[in-house]
Amino acid sequence: MSDAVEVKTLIIDGEEVSALRGQTILEVARENGIDIPTLCHLDGLSDVGACRMCLVEIKGSNKLLPACVATVFEGMEVTTKSERLQKHRRTILEMLFAERNHICSVCVSNGNCELQSLGQEQGLTHIRLPYRNPELPVDASHERYTVDHNRCILCTRCVRACAEIEGAHVWDVMGRGINSIVITDLHEEWGSSTCTKCGKCVQVCPTGALYDKSKIGVDHPKNPDFLPYLNLMREAQ
Amino acid sequence: MFRAMSPIQEGIVPAFTPPPLPSDDKRWKIVNGTMRKNGFARHALIETLHTVQSSFGYLDDDAIRFVARSLRVPLSQAYGVVTFYHYFSLKPPGKHTVTVCAGTACYIKGADALIAAAEKRLGIAQGQTTKDGNISLMTARCVGACSRAPVVLCDGEVAGEASVEQVLEQLERWTVE
Amino acid sequence: MTVEELEQIAESVRLENAKYDHEIHVCMDLACASQGADKLRDELVKAAEAAGKNVLVRRTGCMGPCSSGPLVRVDPEETLYAHVKAKHAEAIVASLGSLPVPELQCDLSSHFDKQVRVVLENAGHIDPEKIDEYIACEGYKALMTALIEMTPAGVIHRITESRLRGRGGGGYPTGLKWSTVAKASGDQKYIVCNGDEGDPGAFMDRSVMEGDPHRVIEGMAIAAYGVGANKGFIYVRAEYPVAVARLTMAIREARRRGLLGSNIGGTTFNFDVEIRLGAGAFVCGEETALLASIEGRRGTPKPRPPYPAVSGLWGKPTLINNVETYANIAPIIRNGGKWFADMGSERSKGTKVFALTGKITNTGLVEVPMGIKLREIIEEIGGGVPDGHTFKAVQTGGPSGGCIPAEMLDVGVSYDALMAMGSIMGSGGMIVMDDTSCMVNVARFFIEFCMTESCGKCIPCRAGTAQMYTLLSKICDGTASMDDLELLEDLCSTVKEASLCGLGQTAPNPVLSTLKYFRNEYIEHIAHKRCPAGVCTMKPQEVLA
Repeated sequence: MSDAVEVKTLIIDGEEVSALRGQTILEVARENGIDIPTLCHLDGLSDVGACRMCLVEIKGSNKLLPACVATVFEGMEVTTKSERLQKHRRTILEMLFAERNHICSVCVSNGNCELQSLGQEQGLTHIRLPYRNPELPVDASHERYTVDHNRCILCTRCVRACAEIEGAHVWDVMGRGINSIVITDLHEEWGSSTCTKCGKCVQVCPTGALYDKSKIGVDHPKNPDFLPYLNLMREAQ
Repeated sequence: MFRAMSPIQEGIVPAFTPPPLPSDDKRWKIVNGTMRKNGFARHALIETLHTVQSSFGYLDDDAIRFVARSLRVPLSQAYGVVTFYHYFSLKPPGKHTVTVCAGTACYIKGADALIAAAEKRLGIAQGQTTKDGNISLMTARCVGACSRAPVVLCDGEVAGEASVEQVLEQLERWTVE
Repeated sequence: MTVEELEQIAESVRLENAKYDHEIHVCMDLACASQGADKLRDELVKAAEAAGKNVLVRRTGCMGPCSSGPLVRVDPEETLYAHVKAKHAEAIVASLGSLPVPELQCDLSSHFDKQVRVVLENAGHIDPEKIDEYIACEGYKALMTALIEMTPAGVIHRITESRLRGRGGGGYPTGLKWSTVAKASGDQKYIVCNGDEGDPGAFMDRSVMEGDPHRVIEGMAIAAYGVGANKGFIYVRAEYPVAVARLTMAIREARRRGLLGSNIGGTTFNFDVEIRLGAGAFVCGEETALLASIEGRRGTPKPRPPYPAVSGLWGKPTLINNVETYANIAPIIRNGGKWFADMGSERSKGTKVFALTGKITNTGLVEVPMGIKLREIIEEIGGGVPDGHTFKAVQTGGPSGGCIPAEMLDVGVSYDALMAMGSIMGSGGMIVMDDTSCMVNVARFFIEFCMTESCGKCIPCRAGTAQMYTLLSKICDGTASMDDLELLEDLCSTVKEASLCGLGQTAPNPVLSTLKYFRNEYIEHIAHKRCPAGVCTMKPQEVLA
């Protein structure tokens, strides 16, 4: 059976590449300098396949697969850019921009926001969908950080970083569907929760939903690169 | 793809002792029984929440905290589960509950008129309880009695082919009690 | 429990039944029970005692034609009585041995003639709370046959041969699913029964679980033997308390009889079943969400692959089938795969149970061979649309399905034909709509359903259904433009293709199918601010300055 072979060859966007069995399409594509847009994926965290930005086409199948979780197989032919994919990616971004209140000009993450850059990359010039303008709270009870639900895209990176890396699992999602929000403990104030104040969630947040209070007014880039390092150190122990 | 990350080596970990019961209310023993039956395993969370709700009528923060601590489920995760499932309620139910089925067959046969009439009569929206705590107005996602649509449940009792008049009469009876 | 013991039980039940001159069956399913079947049964018992007649009054599961309930059937004459009230008990008892009570008699031959009963063979005939009555109807015989005479591979072969496809809606070949789980490596495997019948308008699985619970357990046990599992879970909606009670009792009885537990049938096969309660989440019908729920977590789906057959409950290979699928297993083992494959159409074999509701004369449960025309179901079995109205559409597949118009009624029912029409088989809800139903409003109803039932994990389903709902509401209240319609169609394509699980991928179906067959109704709402069915209330037009 071909499954026993450890090295697979496949084609991504017409380019022949090799991969190890069990690798995801996203890993292989990035190793080969092929860019696939992502939002919920973050190196060092488990993958959930939720944002659907990394959907790719596989020859012979009508179904689109998320590159972050779909693993390679021998002879696979992957297309990462097509009119169909670009259309869906743009519509998904539109859905995100219209879902809550993303006003870049007044956001702490303006210029350092993954949602904003993706919109630019995908050539999003305007939003056709009606803005939902929900009234969502801002919780500034924490001594160091603030959560502004208006800017949250529910990627659950904070939930995963807190549970998987910090091991505290202070964050989770409550409610369901369009009414979902991220919470700390029993939907209590962040400041009085069991938070360890490590700040990992802030660093992994792709937008201005979680931010460092001391950084307001200054350029506020996030640094999630510590995750693979932490995982590596843990593996070594 | 992450491992258990307890810094304490196995063997040195003190044996887990579930928290004490929140009060001497006998119902907590029933709740504890469900957890014990499942070996205090995390996967018993929903089963246990069902027991809490059937014993107390709803789930308050103290109850969720107690169950979460007993099963070693993170608080936020427990709260996420409670609020995910529509069957669980964070507020005590009214003395009486009228549930209008809003499944497809009932909708086609005019369930929305029943809901609207009840909302108007009680002055509350679906999912709410009257201020005096007397009547809760709920909707259900199909109770499976579609052949008798539209269906209304008055304190759990199924009434088929319900009319606006019937619903209002029932509400009237409960109000004057 | 051995084959001989099983036969002894069956014989003793037959002897016991033979003591009575007549058997009166009272349907106690939800529809009949809600109209006083309980009291009726008590009155029948009293009347029989008072008249000194040798009569057995038996509670049964659903007999089918719910709109004629409460239903009573007198055997051996097979006289069916409709709309029976407690006050009729004496008359029925008095008539035994002579002519039937004329005013209660009903002729439902057109309703029953085209039906074929496999899944519902015992419904309306046995007391669901008595395991021995099930055994007397060849119950657990298939399990014994499988355990004693067949190898696990032989069991799977027979299911494959039957060409049974999953009755939960997807239509995945059952034999293929079983063999995948059987081949998966690992010494711990699980069997799961999906009884989370969340489709509004469907109640087949409820009726099977309530009316013939042992059939489900037997099917699961045979599956467990086939794939090499020893533990099963039945996931049932909390909204079905009677089903939960009946299954709980059935599991207890089966354990007592040695049909669940260790060394079943004197073999080395062990299997036990536990019930898990749902808590009101439609998405838990999706298999990965269902598994998350059994594990006590939020019912959010996971991308597949890996499929549950390889990595399911707690990462172990897990077989998930729906209630009706398991209910088909025992008859297939008893009668052979070919017997089953001889029924139905080219690629959809056997029978299908439908819950027929909405604007139709005979509402209730019907079981028909696959391939039967929709027209036969609606006009003959269902008796057509009542009150002089005209048929407009039939909705199948619940929120994941579509609306099929009158001109398509001559199509035979099969997984593929329904899909080709833009709907799906689904679990078997069939809701008939007449000229008083507005198709845009119906589409909005389903999208609202999907919006509130979306788990919120993936963006296309979470935000897409909410946007679709907003646009459909605009169309319904006459404030939409043709651009909105275009946007709606655009959203449909992204939600369908980009959503993570089946809920999102099929959520646009009710919109797409009504747009396909009833586009003029959309146009009327938008261009002429008019609802042809008179259902939608148009907002007053804004006066342009």
